[in-house]
Amino acid sequence: MGEQYLLEMKGISKSFPGVKALSNVNLQLRAGEVHALLGENGAGKSTLIKVLGGIYHAEEGEIWIEGQQVNIDGVVSSRNAGVSIVHQELVLVPYMTVAENIFLGREAGGKFNIKRRQMTEEAQKLLDTYEMHIDADTLVEKLTIAQQQMVEIVKAISFNSKILVMDEPTSSISDKEVGFLFDTMRTLTKKGVGIIYISHKMSELEEICDRVTVMRDGQSVGTRVVKETNKDDLIALMVGRELTNYYTRDFQKPGEVILKGEHIADGKMVKDASFELHKGEIVGFAGLVGAGRSETMKAVFGLTPDMKGEVYVEGQQVHIKSPIEALKYGIALVPESRKEEGLYLVQDVQFNSTIEVLGQFIKNFRVNYKKEEEITQKYIDMMNTKTPSQQQVIGNLSGGNQQKVMIGRWLATDPKILILDEPTRGVDVGAKAEIYAIMNELVKKGMSIIMISSEMPEIINMSDRVYVMNDGRVTGCLDHEDVTQEKIMQLAAK
Amino acid sequence: MARFKNGVVKYFKDNIGIIIALLAMCVFLIIFPTTRSTFLTQKNIFNILRQNASNLFLATGMTMVIILGGIDLSVGSVIALSGCVAAGCVVHLGMPEAAAFLIAIGIGALVGMANGLVICKTNIPPFIVTLASMNIVKGIALVYTQGAPIRCMTDAFKFPGAGYVGPVPTPVILMLLIFVIAIFLVNRTHFGRHIYAVGGNAQAARFSGINVSKVKFWVHTFIGIMAGIAGVVVASRLYSGQPTAGDGAEMDAIAAVVVGGTSMSGGSGRLGGTLIGVLIIGVLNNGLNLMGVDSNWQYIVKGFVILLAVYVDFIRNRKAGR
Repeated sequence: MGEQYLLEMKGISKSFPGVKALSNVNLQLRAGEVHALLGENGAGKSTLIKVLGGIYHAEEGEIWIEGQQVNIDGVVSSRNAGVSIVHQELVLVPYMTVAENIFLGREAGGKFNIKRRQMTEEAQKLLDTYEMHIDADTLVEKLTIAQQQMVEIVKAISFNSKILVMDEPTSSISDKEVGFLFDTMRTLTKKGVGIIYISHKMSELEEICDRVTVMRDGQSVGTRVVKETNKDDLIALMVGRELTNYYTRDFQKPGEVILKGEHIADGKMVKDASFELHKGEIVGFAGLVGAGRSETMKAVFGLTPDMKGEVYVEGQQVHIKSPIEALKYGIALVPESRKEEGLYLVQDVQFNSTIEVLGQFIKNFRVNYKKEEEITQKYIDMMNTKTPSQQQVIGNLSGGNQQKVMIGRWLATDPKILILDEPTRGVDVGAKAEIYAIMNELVKKGMSIIMISSEMPEIINMSDRVYVMNDGRVTGCLDHEDVTQEKIMQLAAK
Repeated sequence: MARFKNGVVKYFKDNIGIIIALLAMCVFLIIFPTTRSTFLTQKNIFNILRQNASNLFLATGMTMVIILGGIDLSVGSVIALSGCVAAGCVVHLGMPEAAAFLIAIGIGALVGMANGLVICKTNIPPFIVTLASMNIVKGIALVYTQGAPIRCMTDAFKFPGAGYVGPVPTPVILMLLIFVIAIFLVNRTHFGRHIYAVGGNAQAARFSGINVSKVKFWVHTFIGIMAGIAGVVVASRLYSGQPTAGDGAEMDAIAAVVVGGTSMSGGSGRLGGTLIGVLIIGVLNNGLNLMGVDSNWQYIVKGFVILLAVYVDFIRNRKAGR
């Protein structure tokens, strides 16, 4: 008899029609540890978590909790077994208060006389315990995404669970809030809670996780102690091959200025942003969430009605009032949130690929379907998008492939200036490396790229120059040679 | 030619569920004793088409509005107003019929534009905007006619609704014409793609350089024109402009659209399905009449058929993983 684990999942298998989603997966979680679950999109992490959470039922395998075999056949039995899950997508009710959300479905008092005040007090106590500065009486819709995430976590904790699962909790919150979150996690592990932590961010692994289990193609391919392994080892496990060049970048001498923004302001988040982009450059925009980076670029792209400041394209001053005009000047912007601002989820890959370039194949009430197919295929090939067919509904693709279709869509407009807002958010490691390689190819061919990113490593490794923004202003510009994480952070907090 | 063939095959594949439902209804009516002698006659078939022409006009526009993620409840009232105006222009003002028809259709367009404008400028949900205009327009029709029908018996007035071109009823010709135009508009223009884009994700459409307000405005104008034409055809068929014509017509149109497989959540849908949806509702009404089913009971049957048709389609789509 070996060590008794807090949670042990043995030989879990689960099939969907036509796909073996999990095959013989093993996972062991100790009490008081943070255990990372790592893998590309589609590797089976979410499916495994759903088996644990009682949403899916595994065909084979056993789940043991504290030495007892448990039968999880639904969300309730999972919760009774001591498992809480913070899902990646927020599932709070926006028009209810924080307290009501935390106690949703188990309100204090009877069915017909809910004790609102008691609930609010208890919720506030919980929030205060974890030093979250949130009022339990506010409506959830008034909170930022990060705060909502925190509420989700408090809600999960409030079940007094022994096992807490967090599915990419930091994908939309700022560094400061990540720090907060990690403090909370440490408090919990000290109490003996075991945490399963799903994330794409390698840097977080080193900071918070004790051990890591890597999944690939529905199998668990290895468990490592974080301190005894390194990034390359883990990436190799994840993708099943050595990724020699994660960041592909051949720095070249940039050309003349192609885009210049002077004193850009939008009356809200952007106060004074000036920048230059040279031909053949990748310019990074770093800063904390809410610093006004995306908003600056939206203003340049014509999405802000009362924008102030001047924009020059190839030395000529331009007044861009709408995205249509921006596209005419050869500017393309791939937005930050795929689902809200980018994709037509119910439509297929073809529709999503060609919506910007209808003029190339629809003329005089005739649709050149062959041309449409060619254009779509060209960018599928160029981006190395994995899709069963052009008629695949895009909502069914993985995040990485969705992102590739989106970038392809804007490349189809043949832009001179490409603005990428968080191009690798929610994208798995393999696809990330591919996107970097494509960016490198594009600038070598003379395109110029602005990349907004909250991921320090990609900013540092990919950019010729890095602008740092804080509170709506550009606070500095760092050359590739002297850019470091510390310098960026200093400017970002200035 | 090959593409045409593929198109036809795809059409049957996409709509197979409702096509089978339609055929099953027809077969039943051909076999059923009381309808056997009457259903499959040229007269009855033309009759079905004539009576449902106005619903096809509405449903064509409604399909676009629903793909756009909206709804238009005012079209029934537009039928009443435009029909009354057409009759009034001829009877009271002595205008030529053609001019009267154009004015009537223009009124439909104006209502559509007004709906579109309010929806774009205020962001009030289309359901509420058109619920309001439904009442306003209906009120205008009642005030204008003082509640009484305006009879108009001239041959030219009867032509669009009750007339014939050769052996074929005029509304059937109009139906085909307008449906083909709509198919071209939706499937073969930038505008058509933009409707799907705005309905699928309006925010993304903005980033794609699509003028979202413009698309909404013109789609509502289009359905207004469709309702205006429907009003003319209905008034012509009834030899009179009636302020109560078109009551509940918006619901028949919506029913045809959803039976035709267009999702109420926007972003997807097919005009081809809507055509079948209109025919299903038309054949159903006709069949119940031929069978002598009490008109009060007809509502109940119709309700269940709509529910069943949409449910079957829903199951089929879920199986197909869409």
